[in-house]
Amino acid sequence: MRPSVALLRKDLLLERRSPEAIPAMLLFSVITFVLFHFGLGRDEVSGQLAAGVLTVTILFAAILGINRLFVSEQEEGGFDGVLLAPIDRTALFVAKATALFVFLTLVEIVTVTAFAILLLGPSPFPALPGLIIVLGLLNLALAVVGALVSALAIRTRARDLIVPIVALPLLTPALIAAARGTAPLFAAAGAESLPTKWLAVLALYDLVFGLLAYAVFDFLLED
Amino acid sequence: MYGKGLRALSLATFAALTATFALVFFYAPLDVDQGFIQKIFYVHVPVAIVTLCAYVLGAVFAALHLKTRDRKWDLRSYVVIHIALIFNVLGLLTGAIWAKASWGHWWVWDEPTLVSYLIVFLLFATYQPLRFSIEDPERQARYASVFAIMAGAFVPLNFIAVRAATAYVHPRVLATSEGGMPGQMAFTFLIAIVAMTLLFALLCSYEIASKQTKWQLRALRRRLLGSDAVAPLGRSAAPALGEPGGRSTGSSTRPARNPAEAAS
Repeated sequence: MRPSVALLRKDLLLERRSPEAIPAMLLFSVITFVLFHFGLGRDEVSGQLAAGVLTVTILFAAILGINRLFVSEQEEGGFDGVLLAPIDRTALFVAKATALFVFLTLVEIVTVTAFAILLLGPSPFPALPGLIIVLGLLNLALAVVGALVSALAIRTRARDLIVPIVALPLLTPALIAAARGTAPLFAAAGAESLPTKWLAVLALYDLVFGLLAYAVFDFLLED
Repeated sequence: MYGKGLRALSLATFAALTATFALVFFYAPLDVDQGFIQKIFYVHVPVAIVTLCAYVLGAVFAALHLKTRDRKWDLRSYVVIHIALIFNVLGLLTGAIWAKASWGHWWVWDEPTLVSYLIVFLLFATYQPLRFSIEDPERQARYASVFAIMAGAFVPLNFIAVRAATAYVHPRVLATSEGGMPGQMAFTFLIAIVAMTLLFALLCSYEIASKQTKWQLRALRRRLLGSDAVAPLGRSAAPALGEPGGRSTGSSTRPARNPAEAAS
């Protein structure tokens, strides 16, 4: 556990000293809301439309973070450091997935606020508890799959192209569950209760891909 | 020396396919609602089932490759996924034709099977771009296997999610095969599945035999003419089995990599 914590601290420190991923994800998500406003021709959205706009924006913003996740490792020799150190290699996976989870959570605090101000029709406060649960599960899915896809793409020649084309289809079930799960929260007539079916699908997705990614990550770090 | 049993497999496939089409046209009863167009069912559904099973099989082969470090499993995983992609396109096309004929639209979103089938196609279509943007053949095999395992596990999960998200329009052929499908239809369907599985196995065997023959020819040419005379394998040249391919230096004929060396 301790190597993971050390690696995670390194990533968070790096992001605090020279912010890179978080500001980019933030600006991207806010400009996406502006684009959705003009693209949809709506001043406010609610229900399934609101859920879709929010979750798709978060998904695309996450792609930016996933693209950058292992860049410092690749360029500054972090992979060699991990391979030379007498630690389990999956420590790097745990650290990176946690870092991505933290980044996404920080970004969403601002993104959801901006979404509530700019686009959301109904009041966001009744939806908040349910939204935190769904976004937490979605972040877990994004973090786990994102860390794996990022590691998969970092050694390829065209990593900026590989990340979105691999990650987006792989994350489709998580997006379906998150978008359908948040839709009742944003209902125009006031927030309805959280559908447990979608929480179960998201949790299953997190569990399966979390375990799988943990199992296969070793093979990405062999040379 | 390669492709043992190919002739028998070819003949069996030919016989099974002929039997299937004969049964479809002359034996299976006409559907009351849909009429003649329903007969595309005997192509579309077996193709779709074989595709999805093949993706999972590709993941199993990939897992075996990571476990044993034997490159032959990587080759099998690659070939199975390659042929499954072709079947996938065929399944999408026949599905669209059937949807147009029976529901009036080329594409129907209310149909979990077709939608999840498309998503699975979009995911597996990235297998080759991912694979061939990695230069080192050994790493290429490893990374492709990791991807194949994730994508194989994705197939059932994706199906659950999409199915939960849509209303049921698609005929539940398997769920109702006891009561809904008449015996003649069920029999024809069974033969069609066998035929498609044989066709899939045949195409995979042909591709594996062709690749092995090509590599052996290459190895022989290298030995006879020297490594400089034989152009290095391009990036798009499928997984190397016996010899390290890729952009090798070509300064000397490198010995074939044995499994023990690769495992160390």
